[in-house]
Amino acid sequence: MNKLANKTYTYYFLLPAGIVYFVFFLLPTIMSLFFSMTWWTLTDWEFIGLENFKTFLSEPSLNIGFKNTLIYAVVTSGLKVILGLLLGVYLSSKLKTVGFIRSMIFFPTLLSTIAVGIAFTMMMHPSQGIINIVLSGLGIVGPDWLGDTDIALLSVALVDVWKGVGMATVIFIAGIMSIPQDYYEALKIDGGNAWHNFKSIIIPLSRPAMNTVIILSFIGGLRSFDLIWTMTKGGPGFSTDLIASIIYKQYQAGFFGLSTAGNVILFILVSALAFPLYSYLNKKEVDL
Amino acid sequence: MFNTKRKKLVPLLLSSALMAGILAGCTSKEETTSDGGKSSATETVTFLIDNQTQLDGIQAIIDEFEKKNNIKVEIETRPGGAEGDNIIKTRLATGDMTDLVWNNSGSQLQALNPEQNFVDLSKEPFMESIMDDYKAAVSANGKVFGIPGTPTNAGGWLYNKKVYAELGLSVPKTWEELMANNEKIKQAGKTAVIGTFKDTWTSQVIVLADNYNVLQENPTFAEDFTANKAKIATTPAALRSFEKLEEVFKKGYLNKEFLATGYDAGLKMLADGEGAHYPMITFALANLATTYPDKMQDIGVFAQPSDSAEKNGLTVWMPAGIFINKNSEHIDAAKKFLEFYVSQEGVTIYSSKIPPTGPFAIEGVEVPDDVYPAVKDMIQYFDAGNNAPALEFLSPVKGPSLEQITTQVGSGISSAKEGAELYDKDVEKQAKQLGLEGW
Repeated sequence: MNKLANKTYTYYFLLPAGIVYFVFFLLPTIMSLFFSMTWWTLTDWEFIGLENFKTFLSEPSLNIGFKNTLIYAVVTSGLKVILGLLLGVYLSSKLKTVGFIRSMIFFPTLLSTIAVGIAFTMMMHPSQGIINIVLSGLGIVGPDWLGDTDIALLSVALVDVWKGVGMATVIFIAGIMSIPQDYYEALKIDGGNAWHNFKSIIIPLSRPAMNTVIILSFIGGLRSFDLIWTMTKGGPGFSTDLIASIIYKQYQAGFFGLSTAGNVILFILVSALAFPLYSYLNKKEVDL
Repeated sequence: MFNTKRKKLVPLLLSSALMAGILAGCTSKEETTSDGGKSSATETVTFLIDNQTQLDGIQAIIDEFEKKNNIKVEIETRPGGAEGDNIIKTRLATGDMTDLVWNNSGSQLQALNPEQNFVDLSKEPFMESIMDDYKAAVSANGKVFGIPGTPTNAGGWLYNKKVYAELGLSVPKTWEELMANNEKIKQAGKTAVIGTFKDTWTSQVIVLADNYNVLQENPTFAEDFTANKAKIATTPAALRSFEKLEEVFKKGYLNKEFLATGYDAGLKMLADGEGAHYPMITFALANLATTYPDKMQDIGVFAQPSDSAEKNGLTVWMPAGIFINKNSEHIDAAKKFLEFYVSQEGVTIYSSKIPPTGPFAIEGVEVPDDVYPAVKDMIQYFDAGNNAPALEFLSPVKGPSLEQITTQVGSGISSAKEGAELYDKDVEKQAKQLGLEGW
């Protein structure tokens, strides 16, 4: 089989994709590893070893940044899994309006993150925002969603969940739909109810879907940038800074070597968390 | 057979990547410095300006200059910000620069190595009328390289004169008087100090506009700060700037939602008289004039007061400059243009197109009588000689996180002392990146 393939197709077919991959992915990756160890002004550079990493790690706002990044990733991926699973179960049943509700849930995924960020920033305004106007109509004094340093990060995380839960739901629906009917029939014969259905069939057998959602949303949360930058710019002060927004600020200030070092650190962090998580989750998968 | 094919593949991939790199490097510049079609007697001077600058006033000066001289001035535009800086650096390095160059004064000029790239203007007669403070912001090693391209701006407290009249207040001469005014305004149910920290840069103004007062206490602070001999947290006068910001928050003088309020909303509050004070840089007058032209008579400005009535002066933001490329073939024509630009005639033409938002950094020129009242307020400080440049025009050191730190201090997340210490660390990082001596 292998020999036949070798004879039929030449490796030159790989060239177009290979060039694109090399020029836009491998080359920049290798270059950034190099430039993270330099003092770099775009036109000029000087090798300074690990100095940039030292400076970046002693960044005063970085402690907050690490903590916030983890909180953000855990909260967003956790909520997306739970809500996505519940919605997935609900929307894979035989409701009449299922198509309509599915598209409602999926719709936010299609919007531009920047537009979502701007819209929610306005809706979360402490006195003129629609959220607090509605709350005050119900007799509740709404908090300053983005100005209160204790809850600002969670407010942004909630918007992220609102926007991302549609994708998670779709993945769950696909996973649940692929479970063969036989299992449900067997359970029915054994006299199981809806709860058993959920606990003993849907949860274990939609594991691949769940793992995909966890991994995707966790990595997405770790390197999240656009939403937080549109809504708070890491503020008030440094209270909602994520690692990615700290890196961006270094870049803005013209510290190119330093921000590249930050990106290398982020790359290592994402890999160090995502790979073990991935292999742990894969071990728990069962065959259908 | 298979193996040889594989060996060929790697160099092929590499060489095609290289080709792609070369092609990307060769993108042609769109340049039109042609003087084709014109009579050979006409000299053409090219002029590179960033696309953020309002060109109306400059173009009007050029039109008049071309009428009077047999010289044509052609404007080329470039992007602003860091991208523009890189274009300037690259074009200077490759000897491909226009004859005239528009660039910021102060620390951003030093980054261009002016001695090597620009013509020394210190001996030119038209430079005698340029303000000394401005010359200092465009000098290196005793040589002066540029003329001011726009009027100056100042950092201070914009205030609503109607509110002041209503409550019977007078312009404060000390910080204590200012706080007393704030208390009365607050009692009257109005916002004493407008805070617009949603646009974080606006949170820096109280700290930056205090530089006149800092220099009055420590005349050598800028040099010591650059040389890493003075820190903000341990210099009482400099720390005082952060304390002033903290005090405004602690006494509750800011509008309730200052973290969710932006720059434009702040201008509206000031124009409507809903807020009495807005610590701001005077370029805001141009924005105010566009949106609220009928309210301009109500807006005034005063310098951020110090703790003593004897020391009262304005902190000034120096305008961008026009410089002559050292490798230009039209240096004399370019000098002629600069001479016209800073003459009374040039200033009058400029002001007729763009009402000035501050005095010109040129001595002896008159601004039109109908300038905004706020500009008249500013001129008083200039005439009395009570003004000093902002720190960023005296020192290349400015930490990039200042606006986040001032947001923290100004909203009570951290104290003035903590903020100052944090900023000292931020500054240290920047100085190291710039490769300054002593850090």
